[in-house]
Amino acid sequence: MADKPRSFQEIILRLQNYWAANGCAILQPYDMEVGAGTFHPATTLRALGNKPWAAAYVQPSRRPTDGRYGENPNRLQHYYQYQVIIKPSPTDLQALYLGSLEAIGIDASMHDLRFVEDDWESPTLGAWGLGWEVWCDGMEVSQFTYFQQVGGHDCKPVSGELTYGLERLAMYVLECDHVMDMPFNDPDAVTAMTYGDVFLQTEQEYARWNFDVADTDTLLQHFKDAEAECGRILAMPADDPKTGRRIIMAHPAYDQCIKASHVFNLLDARGVISVTERQAYIGRVRTLAKACADAFVQTTAGGFSA
Amino acid sequence: MPDLLIELFSEEIPARMQGKAASDLQKLVTDGLVEAGLTYKSAAAFSTPRRLTLSVEDLLAESKPVREERKGPKVGAPDQAIDGFLRGAGVTRDDLEIRDDKKGQVYFAVIKKPGRMAADIIAEILEKSIRNFPWPKSMRWGTGTLKWVRPLHSVLCILTGEAGAEVVPLDIDGITSGNTTRGHRFLSPDVFSVTSFEDYEAKLKRAHVMLRADERADMIWNDATNQAFALGLEVVEDRGLLTEVAGLVEWPVVLLGQIDPSFYELPDEVLQTSMKEHQKFFSVRNAKTGQIERFVTVANTVTADNGATILKGNQKVLFARLSDAQFFWENDLRIANAGMQPWLDSLSNVTFHNKLGTQKDRIDRIVALASEIAPLVGADVAEAAEAARVAKADLSSEMVYEFPELQGLMGRKYASKAGLSDAIAAAAQEHYSPLGPSDDVPTAPVSVAVSLADKLDTLTGFWTIDEKPTGSKDPFALRRAALGVIRLILENDIKTELKAELRQAIKENAGAAYFQEALKEDLAFAATQGLEFYRQEAFKTYNNDLAVSEDLLSFFHDRLKVYLKDQGIRHDIIDACIAMEGSDDLTLLVKRAKALAATLATDDGENLIQGFKRANNILTKEEAKDGVEYSYGADPKHAQHDSERALFVALDEADKVIAPAMAAQDFGTAMTAMAALRGPIDAFFTDVQVNADQQVVRRNRLNLLSRIRKTCLGVADLTRIDG
Repeated sequence: MADKPRSFQEIILRLQNYWAANGCAILQPYDMEVGAGTFHPATTLRALGNKPWAAAYVQPSRRPTDGRYGENPNRLQHYYQYQVIIKPSPTDLQALYLGSLEAIGIDASMHDLRFVEDDWESPTLGAWGLGWEVWCDGMEVSQFTYFQQVGGHDCKPVSGELTYGLERLAMYVLECDHVMDMPFNDPDAVTAMTYGDVFLQTEQEYARWNFDVADTDTLLQHFKDAEAECGRILAMPADDPKTGRRIIMAHPAYDQCIKASHVFNLLDARGVISVTERQAYIGRVRTLAKACADAFVQTTAGGFSA
Repeated sequence: MPDLLIELFSEEIPARMQGKAASDLQKLVTDGLVEAGLTYKSAAAFSTPRRLTLSVEDLLAESKPVREERKGPKVGAPDQAIDGFLRGAGVTRDDLEIRDDKKGQVYFAVIKKPGRMAADIIAEILEKSIRNFPWPKSMRWGTGTLKWVRPLHSVLCILTGEAGAEVVPLDIDGITSGNTTRGHRFLSPDVFSVTSFEDYEAKLKRAHVMLRADERADMIWNDATNQAFALGLEVVEDRGLLTEVAGLVEWPVVLLGQIDPSFYELPDEVLQTSMKEHQKFFSVRNAKTGQIERFVTVANTVTADNGATILKGNQKVLFARLSDAQFFWENDLRIANAGMQPWLDSLSNVTFHNKLGTQKDRIDRIVALASEIAPLVGADVAEAAEAARVAKADLSSEMVYEFPELQGLMGRKYASKAGLSDAIAAAAQEHYSPLGPSDDVPTAPVSVAVSLADKLDTLTGFWTIDEKPTGSKDPFALRRAALGVIRLILENDIKTELKAELRQAIKENAGAAYFQEALKEDLAFAATQGLEFYRQEAFKTYNNDLAVSEDLLSFFHDRLKVYLKDQGIRHDIIDACIAMEGSDDLTLLVKRAKALAATLATDDGENLIQGFKRANNILTKEEAKDGVEYSYGADPKHAQHDSERALFVALDEADKVIAPAMAAQDFGTAMTAMAALRGPIDAFFTDVQVNADQQVVRRNRLNLLSRIRKTCLGVADLTRIDG
């Protein structure tokens, strides 16, 4: 039986080691605010084109509407996802995934592990795939998806994507009832810290800002600016006059798409977006995501060859 | 004769798709076998979360040779003609035989198709079946192009005869067929080979896989009820959930868990819905108190601690879920106990449809309409209005936001908590009914009034903005709403002129802010441009209650035809009655149609139709020829034949009965009297020639035919009856 990890960070470290040992490049989080690990260009853009790819990383994720001032036992406006993306999806991806659970102390012989239908769709990314949510004793511990389309493009080959909600998974493994009570580092360390020691105050600060203080006029302007800049970047000719090279700026454009998406989430949390407007904003972000995908497949990393 | 065994082994197939997939596999393969000339004795298909299996018994070992002859061109025909024939028949010139025909010598092609071995045929059919499988959603994986519901890992395909089992060779996108499979993912992951279906099923069972879904379901149900019974409890039956759960496990293990007593105060339906929707748990009730105290979860594995860890985990997840539900319930109760006003207010922020205003606008219309309808269905006007006002309040509650399927039911509970009458509370739930053709129809007057008002508002609203159902598209479920209105009216025997109600509802809708705004804009535009026709068009568009109500009424008539057809009444019979005055009274219309159907089922009735049609045909033809209408003046004094005179008498007799019977809506009597004309009409046509040489006699006879037509058409529009 697998020995049990003792802290939140140990679970992360074990996942990093496990996926490193199984051939993934361990990337670092993307340095922008995103709603989920899928937004990292290492997933969104690299799922496109025909080049093999295998990466794993932690992604801090922000969902402003989920803020509860740190009071709810498992809702946070800032949390971590662990993301694995492998292209083409290997035949034994399910077994690999189950191995990762074993690595963090979930012993398949003592638990009930189940693959329950759950099709994934991201209206903002113009993406969808088929797969499951993985249940451990009735609790959803991961999302398992075979990408079929991203940014309106068929994924060929298909990428397999695994997403672990780290706090929830860790609370289960460490048997904690409230996220803020969860040991962050080794509980026997000289400076033992809980999740709350690290994040309780920030949850309060951000919840107040997200819900009541963020300036909506400024945010609306940010949205428009990001949208405009994305379009401007992509409208540039492929050939760079300075270097004489073909440089399509798919990633800088995609950064603007990420920015627009996060600003939209903030506006949503401020309650200034009506039901009908919501669809329109999601559509505008999707337009950006599709344009970035169109650009990426014209780059070398996206499988373009002259 | 050999037996065939096929297993398609994949990653987890969604539970809801398994049953149909198994029968699709059976149909695709067995249809293909039969078409290729391979008959069999029996076939059966099975599914588990990871496999689709087909077993076919006593299959022909090879298909019979087929010999077919085709007649071709004449000997000496141009080469092009002969070549074309050879191509079509797939033979060469050497295969042609020359035979004598009536017109000379003719080529015959003799096409011989040799018999084929079963394995060859099966390989071909199975590949085609896999490639064209009708999954509701399918996907690609890895670098392949093959589509399956989830990645397909292996194909087992064997033919078992006297000499043993042989693999049917097959390769689909790199997946090679074999004689092996594997057992339970965790309990028996090893690969093993099988030699026949019996061997396969037995070995699977040893490898912790119960192949048959019904066996798994039975096992779950028996074990759950036994465990519950031992504690004096009973499992709440749920066939749909049982089927789903049986599709989530290969090796079911039933575990009985506890619900924390602090959640007992939650309504049963909330406990059940939360446990079922989120966790796929069965509810377990205390047989004496009726309280739901426990749950059954079905694990897919056996553990060293007999499921203790699994149960603990599931209980923890349930605790979190029910804490949420309790939070919603307590918040909702505060608002309900205080009369629900904040919910009603917030409905004005919820858009129902951008052209039909908010939920609040819609409720105001339903209140007005329910008040109009109340007297027609024996409901108290004030009570119906109040019921309509609060009927949608629960849509703003937290519980319904979380569990939309509890709408109505929560409305009823909250209305009671708000101190409203039982009739009003019941209407909050029942006004959604009937939802489908087999759903119960409400009978309580207040519920009926609100239900009718709700559905009529929906129908007239979407009709007014021209969002009608087209073909298979009916996004607002308008057909269902119309059928609901029909069943409410018929099953409660309500006498109402639908047209008046529709126009009232349309007026309410057209009073909606959107229409007033739109009309105002259009009129302003017309004024600035000085466009009179545009002004008139605008009025027509936004005040078109007459046109809309006519159109909607014919939609109701179409739905009624579908509804009555299911009850065995032909569409032409309904058409004959719809054409009559007062057909917007559906109760009356159906009485008329039923009476006509009964009459037409008799010998007299059936023959009367023939007589009527003959009279009508002759009359129509002669009227067209002469350019006049023979509608008056048939006089018995010009009658020359006994049969003619008898018909005069019979028509007089019939008219005497029919007119008062129709006035009294006694359709049975009227139609019996009409059917009694059959004898005299038949005798008339046998004995008398209508187009007599003498013009006076001819005209008199045509006028007599006109009387037949008039009498019959006074009962129903028989011209619309088929045959």
